[in-house]
Amino acid sequence: MLELRDLSKHFGGVKAVDDLSLTVNEGEIFGLIGPNGSGKSTTVNLICGVFPTTSGAVLFEGRDITNAPSHRVVAAGITRTFQNIRLFGDLTVWQNLWVSQNSAAERGKGWFGRWLGGDRMGRGDAEDLLKFAGLEHRSGELARNLAFGEQRRLEMARALAAQPRLLLLDEPAAGMNAEEVSQLAARIKALRKYGMTILLVEHVMELVMGVTDRIAVLNFGQKIAEGTPAEIRENPAVRKAYLGTADA
Amino acid sequence: MDFYYGMAQLIGVHTLLGLSAYVVLLTGQVSMAQAGFFAIGAYLAGMLTVLAGWHIVPAMLLAAVASAVVATIVGFPALRVKGLMLVVATLAFGEAVRIFWFNFDYQIAKGNIQVGPLGGEGFKQIRYFPENGWSTGDVAIFIWVWVVIAMAAIWWMDRSRVGSVLRAVGEDELAAQSVGINLTAVKVSAMGVGGFIAGLGGGIYAHYTTHIEHLNFGVILATFAIAYPILGGLSSVIGVLIAVIFIQGFLVEVLRFMGDWRNLLFGALIVLAMNVRPDGLFDARATRTIRRLFGRQDA
Repeated sequence: MLELRDLSKHFGGVKAVDDLSLTVNEGEIFGLIGPNGSGKSTTVNLICGVFPTTSGAVLFEGRDITNAPSHRVVAAGITRTFQNIRLFGDLTVWQNLWVSQNSAAERGKGWFGRWLGGDRMGRGDAEDLLKFAGLEHRSGELARNLAFGEQRRLEMARALAAQPRLLLLDEPAAGMNAEEVSQLAARIKALRKYGMTILLVEHVMELVMGVTDRIAVLNFGQKIAEGTPAEIRENPAVRKAYLGTADA
Repeated sequence: MDFYYGMAQLIGVHTLLGLSAYVVLLTGQVSMAQAGFFAIGAYLAGMLTVLAGWHIVPAMLLAAVASAVVATIVGFPALRVKGLMLVVATLAFGEAVRIFWFNFDYQIAKGNIQVGPLGGEGFKQIRYFPENGWSTGDVAIFIWVWVVIAMAAIWWMDRSRVGSVLRAVGEDELAAQSVGINLTAVKVSAMGVGGFIAGLGGGIYAHYTTHIEHLNFGVILATFAIAYPILGGLSSVIGVLIAVIFIQGFLVEVLRFMGDWRNLLFGALIVLAMNVRPDGLFDARATRTIRRLFGRQDA
């Protein structure tokens, strides 16, 4: 479904991502892990067109979306969350979902329906999303007034409101306690049941090991291993680069 | 009575100017070009009624469309610059428009006098209202019909999805892009709509003053334009109206006895207001308090 081909991003002399190739299959939960500064977030930003690639290609469902502007990536069917939450704080919870849009999915609704219509995404859909995020009683609240965990959930709901087929989660468990992490894991598994494909970039190992089907490990921008969670856990190169200190 | 009508006219026109800056400011763009769009609307509308003999309404609308087109064209290069650089770029554009009218001559004979814009002399005899027997009161009502239409339209837009999209862009461009918003389309459209409203305001201005010159459309007017939404806050269009009444009705008129010292106080008050109330006189909290006073609870 998503294919990265020899993807590279150099910032000056720093090779943030270096000849990275990987394939995420439809319906799969794919984990991308690695130590700090190993190029995980850069990879997400390259897929989403936040900044241009140095070389290589990004293919989604067979289409080349390399260096496509962000809103076109969304139209193609990929949405994301951010490592450091980026909600629209002065908008309400409901409005945060309302602005999220997928121009491809909305084609045929006409200008009026898309821009001025009140129930563009269908009140029902929005309410389902709010329920999914556990925010059904907060829909009129300004996003800035939400608690940290609620903000993370809202950001995930906002990404889903644009009706993606591939969801990129950039460290969704950062700053969460064990209880919240297990709720997050349950949500991710629920999404898989709906057929969502997920690329999970994460630090928190229990989450990655618990929910993913396959994992790729990055170190200094390069892929050093790929396999099932069990294989990754046993991989000596990974233990050395990443788990070495934490899992000794 | 004429004083109050004059006041109402001035406040109405400046409200349109402030609304034009409001729409653009929602997307996070501080534009100093609104006085330029206002000037384009003023000169074109004046030329259409005086030189071409048009009725004022189609003249204003066509002039506003022309302003919108120019604003849209300005919107594209403006995408590449942000913050202070955008202020400088739009300021430069506004001044360029002013200098254009300073150099622009196009006069024709009408009876035994020459009419039309004449460079530094300005554009005199824009006498559509007196020629058609409109009283000062009629003109004031005419202006306020437009103001009410513009305010209602923007109010409605603000509450539709468009308003949320504009605010989303104004708040965080990266996040807006990554939920599928086309930044170029949104920011350029906002400039276009702002240009249209400023053009409308300019068209009215030219006719009620009957005499315009390039000096009317300088940096001071551009500063006023952006000061209204900054002072009034971005919660709703009402803030703009209140800021205009506060500045034009109170600061400029009531403090007239202070002579030229007034301008100094004006600057000081803006600095003070931005420090004490950084989100405008009517920020989200004040709006909520007012709403509660009228018995309307937040959703």
